Amino acid sequence: MSVGIPMFLGVSAILFTIGLTGVLLRRSPLTVLLSLEIMLNSVNLTLVAFSRQVGGSDGQVFALVVMGIAAAEVVVGLGLVVAMTRRSMVLDTDELRTLNG
Amino acid sequence: MDIVVFFIASVCAIASAIAVVAQKNPFVSALALLGNLASLAALMLLLEAQFVAAAQIIVYAGAVMVMFLFVIAYVGPRGEIGPGVRKPWLVALSVFAALLIAVEIVVVVMGASLGSVASVDANYGSPAAIGEALVTDYLLAFEVVSVILFMAAVAGVVFGTGGRPVRLSNDQVLAKEGESAVERRREASRAALEAARDSTTGESAR
Repeated sequence: MSVGIPMFLGVSAILFTIGLTGVLLRRSPLTVLLSLEIMLNSVNLTLVAFSRQVGGSDGQVFALVVMGIAAAEVVVGLGLVVAMTRRSMVLDTDELRTLNG
Repeated sequence: MDIVVFFIASVCAIASAIAVVAQKNPFVSALALLGNLASLAALMLLLEAQFVAAAQIIVYAGAVMVMFLFVIAYVGPRGEIGPGVRKPWLVALSVFAALLIAVEIVVVVMGASLGSVASVDANYGSPAAIGEALVTDYLLAFEVVSVILFMAAVAGVVFGTGGRPVRLSNDQVLAKEGESAVERRREASRAALEAARDSTTGESAR
């Protein structure tokens, strides 16, 4: 393999930064969730890269577990977005700042 | 050959990630994320993780993105919010925080001596190897993930069904308001149907 592991880690760091910027700066909850997916995927790439470095399958199992948790997180997040739409609330993370029971 | 694939895939991944963050329309963002996931799968194939790459395509591109696109279509144009007017110091602080983490990662990676990459046989990353690890060493994690997914599915249904009141059936209206209310409802729906029919015949005549 001619491509070194640090290069994969660099790509993953860049993707993580882009996703973090999206989560911090965007106001639409849908785009925030999409940026969160970028962050989770960059971490997955890191796990797979380190797994290749060590030569075991543990990191790949971790990546699969992260995928499962990401799917659960997306279900809850999108459920919240649908609930907000049904209650005709504004879909803006700056406006949604009060918790209500 | 590897290096060419690596550069194409990583440039595609970074470009599509920027598109996800910068696009105003969440539909375009979701499609850009699809490109990001595909390029990441290519990078994982370069790392000889065939099963994770396949799962990435099947689970993310197949299942999660369909859910995303469905909700984006359900929400409609209300989901389109650009970065908007933010306080400049807030934007600067966000970008600074993100860059700080990037610098931190780069410093750690450059400072660490990773040593030589382990040599692996053809079985590495195959479904058989991953499956064996999942049901032996990581059985507890595997089961906990399945329980969490089930709980998330229930939570999604609970969140999604609350809110707007449901339309009452004829029987419920009868129990609540009596016979005349049902008659009124029938009249209203009949009138609406006729209005719709008139408008369509009018259009075809034109």
